[in-house]
Amino acid sequence: MPTKVEKDSITGRMTTGHEWDGLKELNTPLPKWWLYTFYACIAFAVVWMVVYPAIPMTGARGLTGWTARGAIGPELEAERAKQEPMLAKLRAATPAEIAADPELRAYAMAGGRIAFANNCAGCHGAGGQGATGGFPSLADDDWLYGGSYESIHTTIEHGVRNGTDSDARGIAMPRFLADGLLKPAEVADVAEYVLSLNGRSTDAAAAGRGETLFAENCVSCHGEKGEGNRDMGAPRLSDQVWLYGGDKASLVQSISYSRAGVMPAWGSRLDPAVINMLTVYVHSLGGGE
Amino acid sequence: MGEVKHPERTQPEAPTTTSAPLYATRQKVYPKAVHGSVRRAKWLILALCLGLYYTVPLIRWDRGPEMPDQAVLVDMNAGRLFFFWIEIWPQEVYYLTGLLMLGAIGLFAATSLFGRVWCGFACPQTVWTDLFMLVERKVQGDRNARMKLDLQPWTGEWLRKKALTHAIWLGIAAATGGAWIMYFNDALEMTPRFFTGQASLEVYFFFGLFTATTYLLAGWAREQVCTYMCPWPRFQAAMLDENSLVVTYRAWRGEPRGKAKAEGIGDCVDCRACVHVCPTGIDIRDGQQLECIGCGLCIDACDDVMGKLGRPKGLIAFETLTSLAASEAAAQFVPPGPQRSACGMQARRPQKIIRPRTLIYAGVLTLVVAVMAGSWLLRQTTSLAVLRDRAPIFVKLSDGGIRNAYTLKLGDKTRGVEAYNLVLDGPKGLHLIVLDAESDPSGAPVLTTRPDGITQWRALVTAPAGLKLPDSVPVTFKLVDARGHTEVSTASVFLGPKP
Repeated sequence: MPTKVEKDSITGRMTTGHEWDGLKELNTPLPKWWLYTFYACIAFAVVWMVVYPAIPMTGARGLTGWTARGAIGPELEAERAKQEPMLAKLRAATPAEIAADPELRAYAMAGGRIAFANNCAGCHGAGGQGATGGFPSLADDDWLYGGSYESIHTTIEHGVRNGTDSDARGIAMPRFLADGLLKPAEVADVAEYVLSLNGRSTDAAAAGRGETLFAENCVSCHGEKGEGNRDMGAPRLSDQVWLYGGDKASLVQSISYSRAGVMPAWGSRLDPAVINMLTVYVHSLGGGE
Repeated sequence: MGEVKHPERTQPEAPTTTSAPLYATRQKVYPKAVHGSVRRAKWLILALCLGLYYTVPLIRWDRGPEMPDQAVLVDMNAGRLFFFWIEIWPQEVYYLTGLLMLGAIGLFAATSLFGRVWCGFACPQTVWTDLFMLVERKVQGDRNARMKLDLQPWTGEWLRKKALTHAIWLGIAAATGGAWIMYFNDALEMTPRFFTGQASLEVYFFFGLFTATTYLLAGWAREQVCTYMCPWPRFQAAMLDENSLVVTYRAWRGEPRGKAKAEGIGDCVDCRACVHVCPTGIDIRDGQQLECIGCGLCIDACDDVMGKLGRPKGLIAFETLTSLAASEAAAQFVPPGPQRSACGMQARRPQKIIRPRTLIYAGVLTLVVAVMAGSWLLRQTTSLAVLRDRAPIFVKLSDGGIRNAYTLKLGDKTRGVEAYNLVLDGPKGLHLIVLDAESDPSGAPVLTTRPDGITQWRALVTAPAGLKLPDSVPVTFKLVDARGHTEVSTASVFLGPKP
């Protein structure tokens, strides 16, 4: 609390009357223009509050009706208009043509990366690494439906087993145990044979029994040596990439109850230019085919 | 706490009930015209600084086709800073940091040696205020005429002279704002667009901002900027010491003040010429004070008066406090007169230039200059950034091989198109391919640069199945030119499963 205002004998100036443990504060007057600037700021703030939305929780919009969301619309439109000439080129070209043109390719890689993060990363992972349990890695060299520009484009456009697009990829695999096609012991034998396809079988007798069952039930889709069939989306069984796990328990589960991953048909959701950009980007992740 | 004893402290006066106001009205300063060597130096520096500021954007510098031909240009859109033959990319902003460090330490060094020379001579606030005061003086007359004018009614002559002053001020301010935007836009190309209303909103905004601040700060705020707004005077006391040159009144010679003809008094005739010329309106005879910007105009004013009186010049001078104290000690028992002057002047001490703080400033300055020069000389115009994919960390291929993917960014700060072979240094057996890249006859990928730009490539490195590697292997990507010389190499790692 201010006590008494007095004149400091050394400086000849007045004190403010404030004193702490014998230390007194000299009065150093603030210039008036500074004070007026402060008042002007207050006045500005009041005007601002009336003109712009500034009062929280009330939904008050201010006299101008300005909103951040309203303001960004035209800006985004302007940005889209700027992109349009490039997108037109990207629509007209095939993914292979885009990849061959440095300018289009750079644009498609940048745009594809964003579109991938927005639409694909949820299942396929940020870098296309995929996940066990039906989300294929796009960064490896194993392609269920083919890794050419054309194949990738078709897969993105029509999706997989989605029931909405008649050109969707993939057919359903029978549920060999659940539908009574194989008995539990037979399923185990088939699984043992599949393990043997890349040299992991520990029971030659079971694998031998499984081979016969495999020839009767599986080769029409997966091929005689388990080499797979891209037209049907039947995975190659002789390699080391396993979409649903490659251990015996996982194989038994797959044979018994089937697996059927799905993917939306992006052709009905995304601009053709975006699908082309995604194709080029996805192709680059693992180098394509 | 005990009472602080101070030798000069007198008994406090009786407490007053009237308190001093908490807010002070500005006392308008009417600096008088002054002539002399300090003033000439200030005019010279003013002409040099403003001349450079207004004309540098007009200097042309040929950089070849499709490149800006302005010698000094900060091209925000293209992300380039051009300074004659130097061209800086945004990621090299540390050169700018280095310049700022040089500026700051240079300022410390100059202050510790020569006092507030920056404030008094080269600060934009001082330079533009000086120019605005010149305009004011030419239109409205000198100190007395201006004081008289301000007392007149706001009609006729007052209105005419004030309007003309402010019009010229605004003209200078507009030129200042106009020159500012030319450092960020091509001057020759921007000027016609500016006047036909076709320039961008940013351009008009910054033009308006710098016009308004120049007009307000140099026309209206003036010494208020130095006294109240600027942080530099606040911590300048830490740079100055008793061996720095400061503007000093030689009280040992001037006191006691009195009429020129009076007996037994010092050289100061109390004509207040030093006060009248002061741009911040202070009395230098009160000693060192925060408001003093060290411009030294009071020196010119006093020298003029001393010259007319036939007394030695230098009653106010640039002098160190050490020297001042020595003179004071020598002259304190000598009665006022020419003998005291001579005695005091003889006792002056030369300035001590070499002292710890100046050595430290010089050392740091040298260090920063050396680091900057070194990094500039070793600056590579070709760069290769290697960004390893982190999702996935590595990919297991269908045959059991392990693959890592890398994004390569090849930057070229020159105008040519270069082609380099990309070579991977690492364990034997690793196989490198670069997507969409050409190959040379031996099969090595060839990367080409883009003039003054960056090209991006995706490299896949594969360890074939059966190649036994630890889970982390250092690898190096090298750009090798046609003569087999490694232009640049960048280290990375190749990751795989734990063995």
